Amino acid sequence: MQTFDLAAQGLRALNQTLHGLNGTTNQTAWEVVNPKGSHAIAVGLDAPIDVTVKGSTGYYCAGMNKQATVRVKGSVGPGVAENMMSGTVIVDGDASQYAGATGRGGLLVIKGNAASRCGISMKGIDIVVHGNIGHMSCFMAQSGNLVVLGDAGDALGDSLYEARLFVRGSVKSLGADCIEKEMRPEHLELLADLLKRGEADHLAKPEEFKRYGSARKLYNFNVDNASAY
Amino acid sequence: MTDFPHTPPKQSWTFSNDVNAEIRRAAATGIYDIRGGGSKRHLPHFDDLLFLGASISRYPLEGYREKCATDVWLGTRFAKKPIHLDIPVTIAGMSFGALSGPAKEALGRGASEAGTSTTTGDGGMTEEERGHSKTLVYQYLPSRYGMNPDDLRRADAIEVVVGQGAKPGGGGMLLGQKISDRVAMMRNLPKGIDQRSACRHPDWTGPDDLEIKILEIREITEWEKPIYVKIGGARPYYDTALAVKAGADVVVLDGMQGGTAATQDVFIENVGMPILACIPQAVKALQDLGMHRKVQLIVSGGIRTGADVAKAMALGADAVAIGTAALVALGDNDPALEAEYQKLGTTAGAYDDWHEGKDPAGITTQDPDLFKRFDPILGGRRLKNYLKVMTLEAQTIARACGKNHLHNLEPEDLCALTIESAAMAGVPLAGTSWIPGRNGGF
Repeated sequence: MQTFDLAAQGLRALNQTLHGLNGTTNQTAWEVVNPKGSHAIAVGLDAPIDVTVKGSTGYYCAGMNKQATVRVKGSVGPGVAENMMSGTVIVDGDASQYAGATGRGGLLVIKGNAASRCGISMKGIDIVVHGNIGHMSCFMAQSGNLVVLGDAGDALGDSLYEARLFVRGSVKSLGADCIEKEMRPEHLELLADLLKRGEADHLAKPEEFKRYGSARKLYNFNVDNASAY
Repeated sequence: MTDFPHTPPKQSWTFSNDVNAEIRRAAATGIYDIRGGGSKRHLPHFDDLLFLGASISRYPLEGYREKCATDVWLGTRFAKKPIHLDIPVTIAGMSFGALSGPAKEALGRGASEAGTSTTTGDGGMTEEERGHSKTLVYQYLPSRYGMNPDDLRRADAIEVVVGQGAKPGGGGMLLGQKISDRVAMMRNLPKGIDQRSACRHPDWTGPDDLEIKILEIREITEWEKPIYVKIGGARPYYDTALAVKAGADVVVLDGMQGGTAATQDVFIENVGMPILACIPQAVKALQDLGMHRKVQLIVSGGIRTGADVAKAMALGADAVAIGTAALVALGDNDPALEAEYQKLGTTAGAYDDWHEGKDPAGITTQDPDLFKRFDPILGGRRLKNYLKVMTLEAQTIARACGKNHLHNLEPEDLCALTIESAAMAGVPLAGTSWIPGRNGGF
């Protein structure tokens, strides 16, 4: 285990060190201490390493992650794992707004709650939230899966494209063009896998969720739908 | 019975034929007009400025003999690897999707041969443009279509797009007819559907967030790449100041003549300011912060000639960007294609339905039969020639003003033909010392 003291050694040195690692490194386990809410911690990683941040972080923790597993033993600020390409990001606490924004791959697990716009414009990422999510989550979400064990706020999935949303609790309201859809066997199978990978299979069963997706009525502009825009 | 003369038919200025035709079109279709390009209004522009040239008090440089340098450094504030261009005319961001792959290749070829940069657009980075662009600026847009850290790292600079001149405050829409398999794959969306580009970024709002976003991008790219911030011509003084505060290396300022691939005509013609009105405000913001020439300013929107380049630089810009003019150089709206434009219900010079994907020049289309018509090697050569001519023209004017570098042009070299342009540009009305809006003078 390599330990990096962020307060003493600084952000640039941390990211530079982690960027210098590749698939052949034997320094695969890292611990970052004293994060003190710093922004851009462990961004742009591209190696199969395991980074544990011991404390809470600011904006964009693990942004654009590839391959790496980043665990945060605390809460995260806005934009955790934004535009993630692959790998895994696990947050023990809560996440601020834009969690997993535009993510293109990998898995984001939030064991607490996520604030507004969770999964905004997501493009292939899988997001599992053990708690609740805030308003306008999955706005313009293009692809990937969102699993919420708790409740969802207003306007879930507004202007949704092809992302699949699974919510166990209540949904305050659905956004434009987002509808409840039938839960078919393949969705239950998918959900079971997501719950397992999201460390939530002991907390919920696939049958307890409802599925939401796009009605696909706004895919091509039609003046008759003007009130929905 | 006496035949008295009649009052001749009189058309209304307010309800002109154009206005009435648009009312009838709206009534028939129920949808606003969408088109490409920038404002078609008659706006105060660089045409309304003149250079004074040398005289007894200033001596000129010898054309073709005495040196007038044209190079420019961009990104010298924070980037470890600032960009050095041979000429201060860059190619503005235009997306693959809006443009064909061969058109993007031609832009890369022409710009590289002329010693300048090209810019990606709202569709990600293609191999055509990366492969053929010696210096490539990668746009970081609200949609984040195709965004990935590998392309960030293989770019030469990164442009965070906040707005564009054709539609400050607006997003975009690439209509389904241009969404080919390749475009759909690059954007992670189904083929054939309208692809909306958001009007603001998904993971930041406001200047304080922007500062952190720029920090993140710098950390991912090892602080090597210049970070540009592109703004539409809305509130250039404050937007420039806030971009500087957020940590930009370069501010890109786009006036309302700047083009778009597809936006509502009502937006293009009624939102934003002409570039002439924007430049002095941006320059003043930089000067007030002590950052003029330290944070470079690139301006765009209606740049057509070397005279426009020289005037923009005299007002304080470090470089300019061209989009529409570059497309014209490639062959867009060429009268040689008039018969085909007629079939589309338009005429050469007026064709702006780029979003329909039927461009007979093969530039703004994803139809293989159409884009095969376009030769990227020939197109690149034409663009190189045009960029060279613009540079020679700007040098000619600069030498006449006694400048041995285009950057040495200054507002004092200019006068204005109209009160409006004098007020906007902050230079005296020709024959007077009067700058409207400034104290003193007459």
